[in-house]
Amino acid sequence: MEIKVLGPGCAKCAEAEKIMRAAVEEAGATATIEKISDFQQIAKHGVFSTPAVVIDGQIKCVGKVPSKGEALAWLKK
Amino acid sequence: MQPITPIKMPNPATTPQPAPPLTAWAKIKYLLTALAGLGLWFAIYWQLHRLAEFLAFSLLGLKPGSHLGEAVLFFFYDTPKVLMLLTLIVFAVGILRSFFTPERTRKILAGKRESVGNVLAALLGIVTPFCSCSAVPLFIGFVTAGVPLGVTFSFLISAPMVNEIALVLLYGLLGWKVAAIYMVTGLGVAILAGWTIGRLQMEHYLEDWVRELRVNDVDIPDEKLTWAERFGHGKAAVRDIVGRVWIYVIAGIAVGGGIHGYVPEGFMASIMGKEAWWSVPVAVLVGIPLYSNAAGIIPVVQALLEKGAALGTVLAFMMSVIALSLPEMVILRNVLKPRLIAVFIGVVGVGIMLVGYLFNIII
Repeated sequence: MEIKVLGPGCAKCAEAEKIMRAAVEEAGATATIEKISDFQQIAKHGVFSTPAVVIDGQIKCVGKVPSKGEALAWLKK
Repeated sequence: MQPITPIKMPNPATTPQPAPPLTAWAKIKYLLTALAGLGLWFAIYWQLHRLAEFLAFSLLGLKPGSHLGEAVLFFFYDTPKVLMLLTLIVFAVGILRSFFTPERTRKILAGKRESVGNVLAALLGIVTPFCSCSAVPLFIGFVTAGVPLGVTFSFLISAPMVNEIALVLLYGLLGWKVAAIYMVTGLGVAILAGWTIGRLQMEHYLEDWVRELRVNDVDIPDEKLTWAERFGHGKAAVRDIVGRVWIYVIAGIAVGGGIHGYVPEGFMASIMGKEAWWSVPVAVLVGIPLYSNAAGIIPVVQALLEKGAALGTVLAFMMSVIALSLPEMVILRNVLKPRLIAVFIGVVGVGIMLVGYLFNIII
């Protein structure tokens, strides 16, 4: 599983990354987590409100920090 | 983290599930809870002055009319008043904002002509959830979707400048007239500055990669929210914003109280008064490198006004501090060439100065 957290690097983006890491650990999933802060890369994903979470190429949420519950649900699929 | 109302997972990648319809009873229950909450809020709000008097005079034994007594009364009254107003408004705006997303706003603005677009963009800037650190992705998203450059700027100017925190603090500390003036002139600056930048045809001063960017049209379907989730948004906004801002409010009111007591009347009149014509441009220039949020700046503004500074000059100072900030320019440099940044600062700066002079003349 390939998880990308998109965000230029404000507090909320860091929070989103932290939650995804905690969720992966809790679910015991095998996943790579990548933090993408390059504006060009973010734009190429078609995302324009950050933070955003993309899992295996699918946009899961934009413009907010996901809750841990949400993150766990995405990982189960 | 939603301990009370767990927000249902929006799953934009698959078919969005329709939110379960509220039963009539559940709707009535929500309405009643909201009304009861509002009633309680007003009941407390209207007792604040009496409570402050009790604390300052009966409990602490300070003398009514004495200097210290009045200062302490001021602090005990204004602090809870402003914090309660902030909580109520932030909660309501949080619910309001759950109806708007940047995606929806972009869709509305994409097909619009300029002028109409500028007005709409400035208005949507107030209600669309916006975090200043996502200014650049948002800028790219708007421009690549065909929102005209000037319209995009109207949005980007209005979103941070005209916000509920500024309006609540202005209302709480300076009255509704100043709050209304700030809102109307703030929108005016956003509309006119955006429109002017659009007239100047500066599209080729975007960084090359932005113009060449082809974005796959990713469809992010709207999420349907239940009322429980919208209330959850309101609560989250209160936790986030009031949790972040309360310390500035208290510090600001305390500093304001101090200035109130120890700075002589009319001290600011010679520097920031009406007669000093040069004070407006200086206020704007000084405001650019200063970077503060509305919560930090407004108590200072109140103190300046009280000591004889002119309203127009103070408004210009405040708008410059909030709307033109050095860190934001550095971030925007990623997508704008220097000349467009210079034009942006120049046009917005001139707009703010006009507001300053206008109010120094008419008031």
